[in-house]
Amino acid sequence: MRARNRELVGLIPASLLLTAGFAAVFIQRSNHLSGLSLTYGAVFLGLCLAGHVFIRIALPYADPYIFPVVAVIACFGLVMVYRIDGATLARQQAQWFVLGLVLFIGTVIFFRDYRKLERYRYVIVTLSLALLVVPRLPVIGESVNGAYLEAHIPGVITFQPVEISKVGLIVFMASYLRDTRLVLAGGRRVLGVTLPPLKHLGPLLLLWGVAMGILILLHEVGSSLMFYGGLLAVLYVATGRLSFVVIGLLAFAGGAWYLATHIPHIDARVVAWLHPFRLSEYKALGGSYQIANAQFIQAAGGLFGQGLGGSIIDVPGSNPVVHWLPAADTDMIYAVIVGELGLFGASALLMCYLVLVQRGMKAAILAGDSFSKLLASGLSTIVALQVFVIVGGVTRVLPLTGVTLPFVSYGGSSILANFVLVALLLLVSDRARRPGVR
Amino acid sequence: MDGSIQKLFLAVVLLFALLIGWTSRWTVFSATALDNNPRNQLGYFRSLMVDRGRILADDGTVLARSVKAGGGTWSRTYPQGSLFSQTVGYYNARQGQKAGLERFWSGQLEGTSTGVSSVFGPLGTGTQVGNDVHTTLDPAGQQLARRLLAGRIGSVVAIVPQTGAIPVMYSNPSYDDNRPLAPCPANSQGVGCQTNLATQAELPPGSTFKIVTTTAALSTGRYTPQSTIVGNSPLTVSGVPLENDGNQSWGPVSLTTGLTYSINTVYAQVGEAIGRQTMFSYMKRFGFYSTPPLDYPAGQMTVSGERINGKLVPVTNDNVDLGRTAIGQANLTVTPLQMAMVVATVADGGTLMKPYLVTRSVNQVGQTVTTTTPTVYSHVMKPQIASELAGMMTKVVEEGTGTAANLQGLSGQVAGKTGTAQVGGPSSILDDAWFIGFAPVAHPKVAVAVVLTDIPNGYGGTYAAPIAAQMMKALLAEGL
Repeated sequence: MRARNRELVGLIPASLLLTAGFAAVFIQRSNHLSGLSLTYGAVFLGLCLAGHVFIRIALPYADPYIFPVVAVIACFGLVMVYRIDGATLARQQAQWFVLGLVLFIGTVIFFRDYRKLERYRYVIVTLSLALLVVPRLPVIGESVNGAYLEAHIPGVITFQPVEISKVGLIVFMASYLRDTRLVLAGGRRVLGVTLPPLKHLGPLLLLWGVAMGILILLHEVGSSLMFYGGLLAVLYVATGRLSFVVIGLLAFAGGAWYLATHIPHIDARVVAWLHPFRLSEYKALGGSYQIANAQFIQAAGGLFGQGLGGSIIDVPGSNPVVHWLPAADTDMIYAVIVGELGLFGASALLMCYLVLVQRGMKAAILAGDSFSKLLASGLSTIVALQVFVIVGGVTRVLPLTGVTLPFVSYGGSSILANFVLVALLLLVSDRARRPGVR
Repeated sequence: MDGSIQKLFLAVVLLFALLIGWTSRWTVFSATALDNNPRNQLGYFRSLMVDRGRILADDGTVLARSVKAGGGTWSRTYPQGSLFSQTVGYYNARQGQKAGLERFWSGQLEGTSTGVSSVFGPLGTGTQVGNDVHTTLDPAGQQLARRLLAGRIGSVVAIVPQTGAIPVMYSNPSYDDNRPLAPCPANSQGVGCQTNLATQAELPPGSTFKIVTTTAALSTGRYTPQSTIVGNSPLTVSGVPLENDGNQSWGPVSLTTGLTYSINTVYAQVGEAIGRQTMFSYMKRFGFYSTPPLDYPAGQMTVSGERINGKLVPVTNDNVDLGRTAIGQANLTVTPLQMAMVVATVADGGTLMKPYLVTRSVNQVGQTVTTTTPTVYSHVMKPQIASELAGMMTKVVEEGTGTAANLQGLSGQVAGKTGTAQVGGPSSILDDAWFIGFAPVAHPKVAVAVVLTDIPNGYGGTYAAPIAAQMMKALLAEGL
């Protein structure tokens, strides 16, 4: 089967999943199956087909699995948002998908030759860093649970600049390291560790400083870990030096430890992570209530889950509604997935992400030039790290932080940014697999 | 570069493996510990969302049902309130409390999840609907018991002898199970109105216990109803003089006469003659020294037997005054339920059936889920002896202490035994007034135990016997 036909067939599970999921939630809600659930499925299938037709025309050689697996994850997320928040927010989420698709198409058309991104790398990095600071600005900046992640223009939009900056920073790093990677790799060996020449050590230190800066500015370990991990990954691919990664991680760990013990809100998260069931923590404002309840909801899920709509996320009979699991549709959405679809359902979702990452890495390997390789591997890594940070937070591998689960959590900026990211991956892939270009 | 990319992907795979590992940690390996964590309210939330089944009387009267409380939750309401509260009990999810049938039959009342399960969850209403529980309780009988007790502290228990079904179990004081946390009414006198006197009282049985002594005596073969014993008063028993009522000396009388007029000195001698071992073994056959085999929470039932300083002591213990035990004194305490079981045994030809309150549970689509089959608890005595004992008890009602039970319309059909147990020390004039009996004598259909506590000069024959007779008359008229 030809690649594009494989992609088309791959969309079938996505539409089935969406229709069946909506039907299940519908039945759970109103005890009868309404045509509306099927309409949702049909409309979304139509969107997927539109995306597919566009790819068929614009990116005929692109990897056939990336788009369907994104569709599956997105459908999954839409069902979950619908189940948690009901029709209104699900419709908004669906509208974000439409916008995301438009942005996807725009990116592909505008950056048809994505290597021209390199020309704007300093513009991109400046904008990305500037965006990060926005949540700290007066009036439009907003603090959520002590972290500065959201910018809010009243009546217009609320968005998370982090989501957009992550793509920009990876583009910059890929471009910057394409130029300097050979110089960086050829350093002197000191005590069995290869150190880059002093002249080029500066930018790396700057990198560390940026990550720490994000941490200090945003009070967010999760986002800075995601950034920093992504940047280190690009550095590693560019130089092949594991020592850079090790030194980088040690430096980050040191900085994070210092900040964790000196910024009260991060310290509280660490304590809540270590002792979620301690009564004082559980009852404290901004304490472990959320993470402890997420554990209980996951435990109730077991192997197969309780079915969509089966988890109790609000206190029954409470009026006004008391959320037993706060932020169930964003930070905590993975806990609801585990509770309702069980270990198997949640693992299946993680496997979908792994497939997406694998296809991204594959595109990087197939790509002919360094920039493409660095870009594709960096973008793939940052998706993986974002999943790791939030799922790890919910499952208590790490302290909980406020990043979104890509394509699943409710939230517009996340969806838009991730569609741009996928567009770039497909562009790299299309170029890499185009016959005769290598 | 490609090698690095491959290693990078390997690192991602490891990170994801870590995520799946941790997810399985919470969903599988630590799931039970998390489910039982004191902070975990999911079980409580679920209980709020259960549409518990109804509890129904024998005629279908609703004793307990669930009503919608908003947001998918349910709460419990008890249309009959204090009339049935002692037996039905209550369920309060918000306080995490339950009592009575609500507690014992909670599993059936909660039921199990309905609907077809699928990968996408339980298709169906999503509400857990419980089973209806049908009881043996008779609303007319309960109402009559309440009317006859007329606010006095006491208890009425009725049993169908051949099956063990309990149509009436009413006690004062009572409470409103719609408001289990409300303060008790003034007449509860420190007992606490949620104590079910029928199953939890520790009362001296007085002379009603002579039925147990007679059973043991006749069963040994050393006595017949015609055996002659000298019933003079006083008689020294365990070193202390024992008097008959009014210190009357009866001279040589038959055992039948001894029961008819409830002659204490006769029965003290019989008790001492048959010995501790025999007495103990017959008490156990009647259900003494065991938690009653009733479908009711064990925590709300008291074991009947000799109690010294609050502890159960077997009659075989040398500290037990055997002579006074034989006439229902010494330190013997019983529940009204236990005495109803004793008299039901005689009525059923010597076989004690397990008492029960619930006949069956039925699910929402009308299928019977559980059925109670009448079960033998023990063969206490031979039918021949039960028949002799029934004859002696008929005399009690015809010409002895229990003539007040000889109601018009029941004449010659009631067998019974009175009991008058002095309470509150030697100078007290307060008595517990007892009557246990059954009717009709030829083919017994109902057995009852009635007790009124702390009645001044409260003879069982005067106070309890009329209540018992009216209960039996009404239940027989109902065609029970």
